[in-house]
Amino acid sequence: MHRFVTHTHKGIAALAKIIVVTSGKGGVGKTTTSASISTGLARRGHKTVVIDFDVGLRNLDLIMNCERRVVYDFVNVIQGEASLNQALIRDKRVDTLYILPASQTREKEALTKEGVEAVINELSETFDYIVCDSPAGIEHGAQMALYYADEAIVVTNPEVSSVRDSDRILGILQSKSRRAEMGQDPVKEHLLLTRYNPERVEKGEMLSVGDVEEILAIPLLGVIPESQVVLNASNQGTPVILEGDSDAGQAYEDAVARLLGEEREHRFMTAQKKGFFSRMFKG
Amino acid sequence: MSFLDYFRSKKTNTANIAKERLQIIVAHERGHRDQPDYLPQLQQELLAVIRKYVQIDDDMVQVEVDRNDRCSVLELNVTLPEH
Repeated sequence: MHRFVTHTHKGIAALAKIIVVTSGKGGVGKTTTSASISTGLARRGHKTVVIDFDVGLRNLDLIMNCERRVVYDFVNVIQGEASLNQALIRDKRVDTLYILPASQTREKEALTKEGVEAVINELSETFDYIVCDSPAGIEHGAQMALYYADEAIVVTNPEVSSVRDSDRILGILQSKSRRAEMGQDPVKEHLLLTRYNPERVEKGEMLSVGDVEEILAIPLLGVIPESQVVLNASNQGTPVILEGDSDAGQAYEDAVARLLGEEREHRFMTAQKKGFFSRMFKG
Repeated sequence: MSFLDYFRSKKTNTANIAKERLQIIVAHERGHRDQPDYLPQLQQELLAVIRKYVQIDDDMVQVEVDRNDRCSVLELNVTLPEH
């Protein structure tokens, strides 16, 4: 892997690429996506840390199946009550993957710009990728999650409120990120469309990929089909990308490949052809 | 799709409605996104000044900033009530 040394405004070498997973709207699949993208990057040999920014509503630990191993959290590290090494949890499935859990008890304001920067700078010295799992909304926690980002994965459902909120968060990325404030190259934006149901799209009941691309006007990273596998995986604390036989798992694998610059054709975007009887009686 | 729906086959394409509504609201909100933060405050203070002389409603003062390459234009529209 090529490493480009860039410098922050404080002159500290930042080696890691910082990716925020954000959406504005809640419940669209940010944490599911953070878990799978970080697992995918780590499985390809990149040393990756995924940070839960949802202070007070910690959930990444559950999705990654490490909820019983949390001792210290992100806020403890910011406030100097624990070292990063004490707070980082090493994933049991992929040994190049670490999780930094959110605090369950503190206020969101515990995340200060300076505190987050210090943690990210320290992580940058040893990690290749820092994935920031944003809380819902456009308030302080979400703004902290996206502030230091080099790239943003905007998770969107094909549904009016989600698309509108994604557009709001794009506006914030373009005006309130560090890159915007410092007048640097803009945050690289990626659209990840989740909960996609090609059957409903074909019936004219759901916005198509093309519709959402046209409205948001950012490059498409991937389309994750609506799938029962996602819930089954989260029930067990398995990032869905590890369900390699499933459509959703493969769609996340493709998204990780594209994030790393590979060209991959989009899959799972057309409806399975159903026979006459299954259409009549099952739907 | 149930047995009866198959024969009923009503063809309201709600996805198209969603797309049209989104295109309108997103374009509108993007227009306001680039406006400076001080505009709402400016609008309130202008309203207060005008009300010293004429009674007008809140929505009768419109303030907008148009930007092009070389300069910004502050556009102020005040509608006075008929007497």
